[in-house]
Amino acid sequence: MSVPPDGMAGTPALAVSDLAVRFAVSGPKRWLQAVDGVSFTVERGQTLGVVGESGSGKSTIARALLRLVPATAGTARFRGVDLLALEGPTLRAMREHFQIIFQDPLASLDPRMSVAEIIEEPLREFRPALDRAARRGKVLAMLDRVGLASAHLNRFPHEFSGGQAQRIGIARALMLQPELLVCDEPISALDVSIKSQIANLLKDLQLEFGITVLFIAHDLAAVRFSCDRILVLYLGRVMEIAPRTALFETPRHPYTRALLQSVPVADPALARSRRTAPLGGEIPSPLAPPSGCVFRTRCPFAGPICGEQVPRLRPVGASLVACHRAEELG
Amino acid sequence: MSAALAAPEQTEQGAAGLLAIRGLRVAYRTESGFLRAVDGVNLDLAPGEFLGVAGESGSGKTQLLLSVMGLNAPGARIEGSIRYRGQELVGAGERVLGSLRGARIAMIFQDPMTALNPYLPIGIQLTEGLRHHQGASRSAARRRALELLDAVHIPEPERRFAQHPHELSGGMRQRIVIAMALICEPDILLADEPTTALDVTVQAQILALLRELRTRAAIVLVTHDLGVIAEVADRMLVMYAGRVVEEAGVERLFEHTRHPYTEALRRSIVPLEGPLPERLPSIGGNPPNPAALPPGCAFAPRCAYVFDRCASAPPPLAPVAPGHLRACYYDGPLGRIR
Amino acid sequence: MNAAVLPRPVRIGGQWREAWERLCRHRPALVALALLGLIVLLALLVPLVSHHDYATPNWDELYQPPGGEHLLGTDGLGRDLLVRVMWGCRISLTVGIAASLVSVLIGVLWGATAGYAGGTTDSLMMRTVDILYTVPFIPLVIVLTVLFGRNFLLVFVAIGAVSWLDIARIVRGQTLSLKNREFIEAARALGVSDRTMIVRHIVPNLLGVVIIYATLTVPTVILFEAFLSFLGLGVHAPLASLGTLIADGANHMKSHPYLLTIPAVFLTLIICGFSYLGDGLRDALDPRSAR
Repeated sequence: MSVPPDGMAGTPALAVSDLAVRFAVSGPKRWLQAVDGVSFTVERGQTLGVVGESGSGKSTIARALLRLVPATAGTARFRGVDLLALEGPTLRAMREHFQIIFQDPLASLDPRMSVAEIIEEPLREFRPALDRAARRGKVLAMLDRVGLASAHLNRFPHEFSGGQAQRIGIARALMLQPELLVCDEPISALDVSIKSQIANLLKDLQLEFGITVLFIAHDLAAVRFSCDRILVLYLGRVMEIAPRTALFETPRHPYTRALLQSVPVADPALARSRRTAPLGGEIPSPLAPPSGCVFRTRCPFAGPICGEQVPRLRPVGASLVACHRAEELG
Repeated sequence: MSAALAAPEQTEQGAAGLLAIRGLRVAYRTESGFLRAVDGVNLDLAPGEFLGVAGESGSGKTQLLLSVMGLNAPGARIEGSIRYRGQELVGAGERVLGSLRGARIAMIFQDPMTALNPYLPIGIQLTEGLRHHQGASRSAARRRALELLDAVHIPEPERRFAQHPHELSGGMRQRIVIAMALICEPDILLADEPTTALDVTVQAQILALLRELRTRAAIVLVTHDLGVIAEVADRMLVMYAGRVVEEAGVERLFEHTRHPYTEALRRSIVPLEGPLPERLPSIGGNPPNPAALPPGCAFAPRCAYVFDRCASAPPPLAPVAPGHLRACYYDGPLGRIR
Repeated sequence: MNAAVLPRPVRIGGQWREAWERLCRHRPALVALALLGLIVLLALLVPLVSHHDYATPNWDELYQPPGGEHLLGTDGLGRDLLVRVMWGCRISLTVGIAASLVSVLIGVLWGATAGYAGGTTDSLMMRTVDILYTVPFIPLVIVLTVLFGRNFLLVFVAIGAVSWLDIARIVRGQTLSLKNREFIEAARALGVSDRTMIVRHIVPNLLGVVIIYATLTVPTVILFEAFLSFLGLGVHAPLASLGTLIADGANHMKSHPYLLTIPAVFLTLIICGFSYLGDGLRDALDPRSAR
């Protein structure tokens, strides 16, 4: 069981405030604002889904939190400190408590290392006191827990299928029983029949280890299964944050509604009877985001105020919505 | 509808059958052994029909499409028959296939950049096929290209002519590729996961576009996403390990699924509304390895209804109802499906 | 959409064993390996078992053609050509392999450091490489010879000073592209130290490339050395490398062609051998051919 530090039991496991990430680019524009003013909290043991399409900045948020990419502004309070302000050895020491699983399972494993070496690496780094036998014991236990066999220990990543490779990645991430697990599109690259296996596995492990999870995805169906609350991103800004039931039953933000309507329904009769016009237009270039609400160029309900003021996240029903007209749209 | 027995081109449509595939087998010799990508597939396509082919990796769905165009990798051994309007395509040779590709049978891929040259402006790429196959003049080709750009709803079509692919978004590129495919007015459009790499809102646009364009050509759409097929197709095939395991009209197949694999696939989809399972019903095991298929039914190692007959030989595709075929020995009821 | 990679049968030792097996299937590389092995064997054994030696002149048997007592004939001083050619092979191979190893070592360290450090360090280090590239090789050796006299070690140093440049560039490029691979990002996220990163992740993934280029550096070095010796800047008489022998032979091209052709053939075989071997290794170790 991952244990929160003393005195932190009641607070959110992760509290992100005004996170912004900017990349320098060549050309006249100079900056690309990938993430702008993103704030959210995740309660202990819960899963927050972060959904968005390309250019939404969801992967950038994951990487900024993992300190793989520098954040330009904002704070991320975790275990009583600001993750984004840590450096050097303190940062390294903290890494034991927050880990990540990647989208491409095979690419995230060192092709020259055996499964045993890959999974025991966290132990070698953070538990130097353990001897070889003790490490091997823990590795075997974890292998079993993620559904792999001891026969796999001496094999190499390229010998595995995508689903199995992702299990290896999960085993590696959980060896130190981190408090926070960031999953960057963990099942997007997997076959349909394997997605549900891994989704089930992640859910089971989360319950067993009491992990707080940040689940990044573009697949709304996966998010519905795996997440308690969901944050919807568009062009690096938060559009809506809502508990699962509220988001899927009463989406408040026009973009959320459009997203939900766009997902193909695996029921032909239903699909034909409920056909709605797809959301027109395209995602604007992040180099030149629209003024005010960034979604207004495609929003069927855009009004004059939408171009003038950036909408702030505010409560509407059970959700937090960044839309000037959220109440009207009902 | 395809006949289960090896009857030659006498289908219900008779000579009007646009595409008739019989006993198609595609295999590769590799280091790990003899790899059977497609293992005995029959398929019929009528004019104006929208056929969906569902399958995961290793199902052979992409190889199936490539075989029609004669675009398999070198070293592919192809057996069986593919007849386009009665003309045999297997072993037909480059000249015949070259004259059909683009002109009568066109194909689009998951990544539009496989069809787009990053160095040439869009205008040239669009008109290239027309000028090659029909010898059209520059201005006639340009007119036609503008028509197509309009048909695929590209805003400011004249401006696009001079642009290069990297200046356009993924959705726009896919539209251009569709325009390129349709410019010579082919009878058949083959689409290999055309929306998989696109954002979901853009996917919805492209699917709507395909629905609109189906009057121009019969479409075969290959995908792993059952939702996509449910949205656009009339009829569908489900493939597993190189074989067709179930085939029916789309509504029929979703409502009266008769194959354990199709059922398992459907049940592993999370609905966006309605009750949510605590655990996702999932298919155990791993996708099939085309180089090492079991002697009997390829799905047997993962099937919930497996019994001893399943290991004997791969089950034949047989009708269970008019227009509904499946390949399975198990006769009993499957679980209740929502 | 991640295509399911065909699960392979279990292989202990994984990548290296598979690479070896792939190498064994590469016919030219195998032949090259066998040939080089044969030459090495001969180079070691022949001078030991033969009762001729490479230095002693024999005034009675000048310019003997190949055959009989002297298998490959004798040279202008009556010395047995076979033994001299074998000594020549020894020297060429020793210099070739040793100088290659040294230059590979320097090149790998330089390139990996530059690539991993990035930024200004990288720029400085690679500009140094660029500047060194412009140094003309032969004049450098001549200057060194003038300063320090003719010295076997000098040849070594001169060659080593130049051949590490290519390796440094290649290793730096590989390191740069490795740095961006997702498994390096994963290791960073895991919290591994820089040292562990380089030792456990970067270096093992560089080995393949390094082995290939090391094997391909050997013929270059041998050729350099032969060239130097041909110019008279290499080893001292009576010791002779293949280059010296070829130089001598060239003087007698018209009258005693065998003095030229025989050492030339051996040099060619050695160089081609390493080249084909390098080719085979490249195919065997290229990770892309595994997919």
